[in-house]
Amino acid sequence: MKKIEAIIKPFKLEEVKDALADLGIEGMTVSEVKGFGRQKGHTEIYRGSEYTVDFLPKIKIEVVLPDDLVVKATTAITKAARTGKIGDGKVFVSPVDEAIRIRTEETGENAV
Amino acid sequence: MRNLFSQQMAGGLGVDRGGFQLLIAVIVALLFIATVKAEDATPAPTPPAANMGQRVTDLEQYFQNASVGGPTGTTWTSKIAGVPGPGHNAWLMISSALVLFMTLPGLALFYGGLVRQKNILSVMAQCLGMAGLVTIIWWACGYSLAFGSSFTPDRTKPSLLGAILGGTEYFFLNGVGGAPNTDYSYWVSQNIFSMFQLMFAIITPALIVGAIAERMKFSAVLLFSALWMFIVYLPMAHMVWGVTGLMNGVWNATASIKAIDFAGGTVVHMSSGWSALILCMMLGKRLGFGKEHMAPHSMVLCMVGTGMLWVGWYGFNAGSALAADGIAANAFVTTTLAAAVASFVWAMLEYAIRKKPSVLGFCSGAVAGLVVITPSCGFVTPNAAVIIGIFAGIVPFIFVMKLKGIFGYDDALDTFGVHAVGGTLGAILTGFFATADVNANLKTNLAALVGKTLWLEQLKAVALTLALSIIGTIVIASIVKVVIGLRPSEEVETEGLDLGEHGEEGYILDHRV
Repeated sequence: MKKIEAIIKPFKLEEVKDALADLGIEGMTVSEVKGFGRQKGHTEIYRGSEYTVDFLPKIKIEVVLPDDLVVKATTAITKAARTGKIGDGKVFVSPVDEAIRIRTEETGENAV
Repeated sequence: MRNLFSQQMAGGLGVDRGGFQLLIAVIVALLFIATVKAEDATPAPTPPAANMGQRVTDLEQYFQNASVGGPTGTTWTSKIAGVPGPGHNAWLMISSALVLFMTLPGLALFYGGLVRQKNILSVMAQCLGMAGLVTIIWWACGYSLAFGSSFTPDRTKPSLLGAILGGTEYFFLNGVGGAPNTDYSYWVSQNIFSMFQLMFAIITPALIVGAIAERMKFSAVLLFSALWMFIVYLPMAHMVWGVTGLMNGVWNATASIKAIDFAGGTVVHMSSGWSALILCMMLGKRLGFGKEHMAPHSMVLCMVGTGMLWVGWYGFNAGSALAADGIAANAFVTTTLAAAVASFVWAMLEYAIRKKPSVLGFCSGAVAGLVVITPSCGFVTPNAAVIIGIFAGIVPFIFVMKLKGIFGYDDALDTFGVHAVGGTLGAILTGFFATADVNANLKTNLAALVGKTLWLEQLKAVALTLALSIIGTIVIASIVKVVIGLRPSEEVETEGLDLGEHGEEGYILDHRV
């Protein structure tokens, strides 16, 4: 099992969700996050005061998958989330030791 | 110039002395209020009842917002003497509500949106606090001290005290009923006139809140405002609008400074704006000023508040005619033109300089335009209002955008940049643009000045207002600092005044966590 964490531009969420659903992926967790990479922030000006906003709003998608689906999923995410401009985000993949479905106590890949 | 200056200094010192006399007057009145009764005047012979022609004349006078009962008011007995005129009275009741609407919730939202999320309720509590505190002061003695006249028993012999404060006869709104007070209006009930003026007294200290936002103890705000009403506002209101006032050029033939101020450029905006500058400098900057992110937490609330201010301002400006007459209608038009032009000019300057016209720019320009037109709205032509609007979009813009950064004071929400600068600009421009073609009342006592040297009188009024506001604020803020302190603890300021001072949060959007 692997966990995929994808940080993407907020307006790309629908496309990424649909792309994953097309692969038969049945669930995911989404959160609104803030951060910055090479895109850096932007400046906002209120009357005479200028503020640099370092942290930009992004969406983080977390999904845990059986090993055989991981490459297909990362490919689908990168394709759907790409605009070609700086700030498109990143995808991280990491191993997951165990998964348990709370209702049935199923474990492992049966639970994801 | 030297003579001019010494005159103003004399006026300023006199005001301080007036403050002490006022305190004594308050104590005396509280002790003897129950025993004080208006003396019965020797009954004058009753003139004959009006005949049909005279009754028609009385009605025509109502339409013209003039007095009934013949040229001297005593030629015949009018059935409608002492009766409020329905139209004028209705407009002033609406106007009073509109001016309160400027504070609650207009200003509360305008300012509330501009502070950080953790301090929105503190701004709202301060606006609400003013509504309560100032109303109590107004009822007890404020209205009387501003609009009474018992300190000037003989109108032909003006005294310094009577030129600075009104009198004691209306303490606890004694005798302030449905009949008009013809010193101020022939057709508006005096009790409604007193409420209309109360709403101005509420918004003025509330404007100061903008400069000291996010870092002043609530108790200090209340104590400062209470003292400020007595030392600065009530003398200002009487001097400019009181029938025996020192600077009431329109109605007081014996005024030392023959200045004009239709709706409160000096009384409301200059006094609050300059006091705000001094108070925010004495208070010091917000913790983390210049380092931390202090952007407005909700430009949406700010815009909503701006719209309410603009709407409410029609009561403020057009209502200040104290009648639903042609002068009020002119003030309505000039107010609209100046506000719209200034809003547009401010945002277009941003567009030209920064490539992005901001909502805060539109809002700031609108408020600046409303401030600058306030003293002149009932005295100038619509075309002059457009020119005034252009000035209003440019001059405060420069102060707020450039000069504030150079001087480095922390006027959190730009009360000084908009209200003091705008109020001062408006008072001076009034001197140049006022014309008797718009307002025939300018011929009563000012025929020799209007269109000529009225601007010099306006400069004198500006100087006296500045002196009173600055000296008064230094004294009051020093007293408050010694007695209870001005600032909350660093912990409270960092956590936010909403929780620390009021025990509430502005936004609890999810109760599950």
